[in-house]
Amino acid sequence: MRKLFKFHGGVHPPTHKAESTGTPIVQAALPSKLVIPLHQHVGNRAVPTIQVGERVLKGQIIGRPEGRLSSAVHASTSGTVNAIDMQLVAHHSGLPDLCVTIVPDGKDEWIEHSGVDYKQTPHTELRHILRNAGVVGLGGAVFPSDMKSYSNKHKIKTLVLNGAECEPYITCDDLLMRERASDILRGAEILRELLYAEEVLVGIEDNKPEAIAAMQQAVLDDGHAHMEVIAVPTLYPGGGAKQLIRVLTGIEVAAGVRSTEKGVQCFNVATAYCVWRAIKYGEPLLSRIVTVTGNVERAQNYEVLLGTPVGELVAQSGSKPDTNRHIMGGPMMGVDLPSGAVGITKATNCIIEGSDKLFPPPPPALPCIRCARCAEVCPAELQPQELYWFAKAKDFGKTQEYDLFDCIECGACAYVCPSQIPLVQYYRFAKSEIWQREQEAQSAEVARERHEFRQLRIEREKQEKAERLAQKEKAALAAKPAAPAPAPAPTPINPDADPDDTLQMRIDAAVFRAKEQVATVLPKNISNLTPEQQAKIAEIEARRAQFHERASDAGADDESSKPS
Amino acid sequence: MISALWVMIGISLLLGAVLGYSAIKFKVEGNPLVEKIDAVLPQTQCGQCGFPGCMPYAEAIAKGEADINKCPPGGEEGIRKLAELLGVEYKPFGEGAGPREKSVAFIDEQTCIGCTLCLQACPVDAIVGAAKQMHTIIASECTGCELCVPPCPVDCIAMLPIGEDISNWKWRYPTIPLVQVTAQ
Repeated sequence: MRKLFKFHGGVHPPTHKAESTGTPIVQAALPSKLVIPLHQHVGNRAVPTIQVGERVLKGQIIGRPEGRLSSAVHASTSGTVNAIDMQLVAHHSGLPDLCVTIVPDGKDEWIEHSGVDYKQTPHTELRHILRNAGVVGLGGAVFPSDMKSYSNKHKIKTLVLNGAECEPYITCDDLLMRERASDILRGAEILRELLYAEEVLVGIEDNKPEAIAAMQQAVLDDGHAHMEVIAVPTLYPGGGAKQLIRVLTGIEVAAGVRSTEKGVQCFNVATAYCVWRAIKYGEPLLSRIVTVTGNVERAQNYEVLLGTPVGELVAQSGSKPDTNRHIMGGPMMGVDLPSGAVGITKATNCIIEGSDKLFPPPPPALPCIRCARCAEVCPAELQPQELYWFAKAKDFGKTQEYDLFDCIECGACAYVCPSQIPLVQYYRFAKSEIWQREQEAQSAEVARERHEFRQLRIEREKQEKAERLAQKEKAALAAKPAAPAPAPAPTPINPDADPDDTLQMRIDAAVFRAKEQVATVLPKNISNLTPEQQAKIAEIEARRAQFHERASDAGADDESSKPS
Repeated sequence: MISALWVMIGISLLLGAVLGYSAIKFKVEGNPLVEKIDAVLPQTQCGQCGFPGCMPYAEAIAKGEADINKCPPGGEEGIRKLAELLGVEYKPFGEGAGPREKSVAFIDEQTCIGCTLCLQACPVDAIVGAAKQMHTIIASECTGCELCVPPCPVDCIAMLPIGEDISNWKWRYPTIPLVQVTAQ
């Protein structure tokens, strides 16, 4: 029996998992349209590679990864691209983002695809496949997996496979482990090879005995030598990467340190499954398991095509009429969706239909009584009451001193708060303010540098011009003795001065040169003229001469009419 | 008596030498206060303060020749920071001199005649173009200073406000919504 460790704090909210685990995973019906956001992952938004009206095949790339940290986006089924525009997406802001809308043709026609043997394929190639298959962390962080499956100097000893699924209501990983355990472990084996890890620890909370049994059976059946399935105590947020690593290995990942520096890397079980599908069969990430639960007739898990509108999905479970909100994710950390038209993304593990009966609106927040229960349950060992205090006062420097950025926003503090203060909202507010300030400081720094460089440049140009002038003058002076002496000069003003270089002479010479230039150089705009243009000019000249004549005549008349 | 005097003279000479040496060795180049003030300013180089750039304004503040409330792009927070740095009272913006919405310049390329006047006006070289060629703004480098707008002879430069989208959206300060309760 492996010795398990404990992380600080944690809470025991009612799990509500039994509602959706009664039936196996069901293939969701083909929706009327797919709304696929191009930014479903951490990093740069994918760049659309298709045109409106184009027919796409299932698995075809519709957004190519841009930059180092990015991931591809694919058409989840065959059909026609209806629009590439801004649509509402699953985001806290409720703002739209760039999405591709595809109308399925019902044929579900695959693009040509094939897998590789991962043992015969170089690791860089495997990572490239993962990137182009759009494989990202499906636990909710949606970090591109190709960037995570790299072990610098082979430092990673342990691969932690996260099947804890600690948040209430969500059961998608549970069902996936029950039904597809061997594929998950094969994917984990590929990740282990990529990381050169020595062991794979699969952490599953002990409220999922069926999943634990299935995974253990799969380890035995396939003879995975380096794998161990471990039941961990059910305690929210035990599925947080740092928390699970702490429980399984005893390693405490300090503030500002990555777990990889401590020799541990963590992947979600669903990610491992997708890695297997992508490498073995060449199937990109096109669908995922989504739990539909809450205020519905039949809570269950669906295999859902990415981009399926939430409204069409929940209709299959019989959303009850008093439903007034859709929550993506769990009740602790979930996002309130702005509309039912939002498409399912790679991050969508669960849709909870909410009603006032199920989730009564929170009573107004009361003042903080400094009971410090939040500090007792904080899994990051922070002082939430202090962070709240400083965030409320907008004292952002202080919040950073109290390690605001170690907060994983799990909501355990708000869950136990007797004053019902929306603590996490304050932390998120403070974080985004700090990020914005940092960004502004950075752009100010860039502006300062550019401004200074510009001034330097102007100064340099001035200097260069002066130098050029000086040089020209020098050259002219040097050439002078060779030139023939100019016409006899007027008497020099200063008898001591050089008789060949008086001011008046220089001015005369300049005037002469200018006159000469004017005489020799024609204005450019009257060279190469067509006969018509020349005729026109002649006409104008004639008219002008006439005017002159008339004007001088008139002047003469005036003169003559004046009384003398 | 005499020996005590010699000791005191010796000490004073020694200390004088140390002070003199350190005055040369650890001499601070430039005015550190100016740099601190400049670091607080938003570096838009817009000249709305009446000085040709952020550095001259910082110098003027350090000399006590300028008020601290002359920088609209810095916002009220900028004034607060300056007040804290200089140990003076916070001073609100004057009438109608508050900060404007953040925006970037945009050149209507159909109208642009390629005169290069805006190029010369831009304090951060955020406009690309050449004589009789179309000009365009590098939006990511534009500080929104509006200095390119007045020189344009064909009025083809507009200041477009930077709207809110997913990439720059911020969490709001949590507030308790007020609900009107009707009297019974």
